[in-house]
Amino acid sequence: MRDAFFRAIEGAARADDRVIFLTADLGYKLFDPFAAANPGRCLNLGVAEANMIGVAAGLALEGFRPFAYSIAPFATARCLEQIRNSLCGMGLPVVVCGVGAGYAYGVNGATHHGVDDLGLMRALPGMTVLSPCDPRETAALVLATLALDGPAYLRLGRGRDPVLPGTDGPVTIGRPTVLREGREIALVATGGVASEALAGAEMLARDGADPLVLSAHTVKPLGSLVEVLADREVHTVLTVEEHGPYGGLHEALCADAMTERWRARILRASAPDRFVHDPASQGALRRRSGIDAASLAAALGEARC
Amino acid sequence: MGREQISTQELARRIRRHAVEMTSRGGSSHVGAVLSLADIVAVLYGRVLRVRPDEPRWPGRDRFILSKGHAGAGVYAALAETGFFPVEKLRTHYQDGSDLSGHVSHKGIPGVELSTGSLGHGLSVGCGMAYAAKLDGKPHRVFVLLSDGECDEGSNWEAILFAGHHKLDNLVAIIDYNKIQSLDRVSRTLALEPFAEKWQAFGWAVREIDGHDHAALEAALTEIPVEADKPTCVIAHTVKGKGVSFMENTVLWHYRTAKGDELEAALRELEGQP
Repeated sequence: MRDAFFRAIEGAARADDRVIFLTADLGYKLFDPFAAANPGRCLNLGVAEANMIGVAAGLALEGFRPFAYSIAPFATARCLEQIRNSLCGMGLPVVVCGVGAGYAYGVNGATHHGVDDLGLMRALPGMTVLSPCDPRETAALVLATLALDGPAYLRLGRGRDPVLPGTDGPVTIGRPTVLREGREIALVATGGVASEALAGAEMLARDGADPLVLSAHTVKPLGSLVEVLADREVHTVLTVEEHGPYGGLHEALCADAMTERWRARILRASAPDRFVHDPASQGALRRRSGIDAASLAAALGEARC
Repeated sequence: MGREQISTQELARRIRRHAVEMTSRGGSSHVGAVLSLADIVAVLYGRVLRVRPDEPRWPGRDRFILSKGHAGAGVYAALAETGFFPVEKLRTHYQDGSDLSGHVSHKGIPGVELSTGSLGHGLSVGCGMAYAAKLDGKPHRVFVLLSDGECDEGSNWEAILFAGHHKLDNLVAIIDYNKIQSLDRVSRTLALEPFAEKWQAFGWAVREIDGHDHAALEAALTEIPVEADKPTCVIAHTVKGKGVSFMENTVLWHYRTAKGDELEAALRELEGQP
């Protein structure tokens, strides 16, 4: 997903000559092709995230379209007030890019886990929050941000995220991608962990179920998510996010369901509400959190019985 | 617009008078901070900034950011007195429903580039604007006015490193160095000295001046850059509460609002009456 992001940024720069890439000293070798092709439009600001966001705001005020990149917690929590005041408060079209969604930096330790970024970004007025599930959605969403007239947060996997079926069509902000058609029961995932949801759905399908699987790549605004679920007469949903239980996809969907008076059972599979001080690989931490394919299949299978 | 041409001294006097009246009417704080920077802002808007009040978004304008947003009343007053919006609008400051908020706001206010209030944000944004001007080959300058207490914020030092590294000689940081922050004197809170040397060590050209001396202000702010390939820091030594004797150099008037006899006395002093 990260490699797809950098290729997409190169495409975005070709599409819009005001695109400029900022990094807080991360992305070793990854943006070299971009820098070579776009001299002056690639800026490493050093390990200084607060200044990076301020500089991005200044550039945006002068008509540039900055993408500001770091590891998810550093790109969001470290410089939260700069994002709040200078990007959201001023309504500027800066895309904050946080790499390492969920446990992508698993064994690096809890400081690097991106498990609260969706909640932090969703809370900010005017912020569009994007969390693509695979390289194709990532590429499409990078281009889609160029049409926004306000700030966005783009949450990225670290790498090795598989290309998923269903993401080859048009990707629209606020409209979930159907990864697997189905009815009555659904897995709604955001981010690369959607691959686990899809694999879990196939396990359930082998038992005769027909689960719908969606990539909710836009976590704010959720847009047509409830409508898509209601259209398929879904009565039981399992939300899947590599993110803590607060402020993420599950809460967002519950809130929309309540306000739209859509009645369904909405279960949650997420990272736990705690720091993981005994870290492990991403796969191991997904299993530990119950957001791996087998756990998801078991959770939804149990609920529909 | 056929506006009267007034001296920077007169502009500064009007800014001070507006500030005392605005903060009194609305019951807002920070009059001491506005009186401190009145001369700086008067010289900027009266003599230095290339701006067009009738065309506030003119692309060739110099950019000005008030990073110490709590002194917004002073900038509102300067903008009104130089024709960006009617002076009468100042009467709405800090009132319910007004867009003239206590901390400076860009929304609906011609001439304000950036809303601030939380400290330590303006200089980074100014860096971005100055870097953009370099990328675009544009000759305008970017001025950012900071408080001394604001320099406690680490984000400023990230920005100071950045501007020095990138040789942003179109960027000017002005420090309203009145030596008093919210609760106490700067030297007793978090000492900044040796202050000029810090900026110099980060690659900036520094000028230290009397921040109430208009000729010195104009000289320091006009010849930009002071040194080739270096951003400029103008450390303006000021007196908090300047112009109203009982407000001068006291911590009290960071938050206190002049009412009744105090208001009358302050306005009399600013009119030059005994």
